[in-house]
Amino acid sequence: MTLARRIIPCLDIDGARVVKGVNFVGLRDAGDPAHLAARYNSEGADELVVLDIAASRDHRPTFLETIRRVAAELAIPLTAGGGIRSAQDARSVLRTGADKITLNTAAVATPALISETSLEFGAQAIVLAIDAKRIGDQWMVMVRGGREPANREVIAWAKEAVALGAGEILVTSMDRDGTKSGFDTALTAAISSAVSVPVIASGGAKLPAHFAEVFTAGRADAALAASIFHDDVQSIRELKEFLAARGIPVRLPC
Amino acid sequence: MKITLLDYGAGNVPSVERALQRLGVESQRAATPDCIANAGALVLPGVGHFATLIRALDDRNLRAPLLDALARGVPFLGICLGLQALYVASDEAPHLTGLRLLPARVRSLPLTVKLPHMGWNRLLVKRKSRLLNGVNAGAYFYFAHTYAAINDRPETVAACNYGTEFVAVLEKKNICAVQFHPEKSGAAGEQVLRNFLRLCA
Repeated sequence: MTLARRIIPCLDIDGARVVKGVNFVGLRDAGDPAHLAARYNSEGADELVVLDIAASRDHRPTFLETIRRVAAELAIPLTAGGGIRSAQDARSVLRTGADKITLNTAAVATPALISETSLEFGAQAIVLAIDAKRIGDQWMVMVRGGREPANREVIAWAKEAVALGAGEILVTSMDRDGTKSGFDTALTAAISSAVSVPVIASGGAKLPAHFAEVFTAGRADAALAASIFHDDVQSIRELKEFLAARGIPVRLPC
Repeated sequence: MKITLLDYGAGNVPSVERALQRLGVESQRAATPDCIANAGALVLPGVGHFATLIRALDDRNLRAPLLDALARGVPFLGICLGLQALYVASDEAPHLTGLRLLPARVRSLPLTVKLPHMGWNRLLVKRKSRLLNGVNAGAYFYFAHTYAAINDRPETVAACNYGTEFVAVLEKKNICAVQFHPEKSGAAGEQVLRNFLRLCA
């Protein structure tokens, strides 16, 4: 019996709409979040992530309303993140309908936020999101939507976060994000070998072969992608059939 | 039939509420001894730390009315921590006492696998049950936990294997419990909830 590898569509949210961009810039509209959520739920997505990319205080009520609308469409887990700066922010997101939160910039600034939220909600509800950029022979942590370096090395930060109580690591390769050239399997394999919790790979997916690669060589437990699903470039069902045919355990909807 | 959801402030209450709504069933959140004493059917959702749930039950004086209701035969569904709470104790919070309805301890899954056990897994069905009636043998369910009831007892309906075999579904008279999250397990999870609702009718 094997735990299925997870396929996770991600909705980048600006206000009440899904948006998409390349390398974190040049955003354009990609639809209604509740509508996309319902579609992914029925197509066999294993989980859904919604990220508030604007993450401004003014937009918070709108994002919470989006979480509520999305959660109403789902019979699968929902992870929400972007702009969670305190345990109170985490509480409101989880009580609105998310099952897990992602912490990113705020956790780098205040690592104790990881232990505080993990104690209150359990490690299974805390996903540490890392935006990673290759600099020299190391991967470095970037914050504020990937705009600023955090002067932290990715592997060390992942280990520290797990020790503090993070239950999963979501790693986005900023070098690959939006390029459609495949996941950074070296990055995900390095993190997966270093930590005891599941690792979600993100950034660069286009072809089914990219997913197969990240689940084998990349040692990822789950893979996340956005635009290829939104644009109907790739159906989740066909992707899972492709993976199953290659002996990768996936949940095929009955 | 109205379902009473034990709401102790944390956990997956909104998700369970929505899942019941999708099945056309009314539910009410309850956090007082009176609400539990008057409940016709009870669901104890839970996710997170064993101590959070047990402390909430004791701080709000819910333990005694809950045990009374279970003894009276009120249909009960425990979800995730709601399953673990039925046992004597958990290694996650060794100093606290569980509901002691089942004589075993909840333990950590082995460190040989990635923890938490997070994601979709299949069941090893041990015997016929009402809860899994009509569920496909190969169906996947969503799990999110680190601790589990690792024991072989007659009330076990189905196990799951992740590093070791643990209790995934149990049934003992009116007491039902699942380690996975039926409210997050797609169509298979909805079938389990529907089966429980049938027991409440």
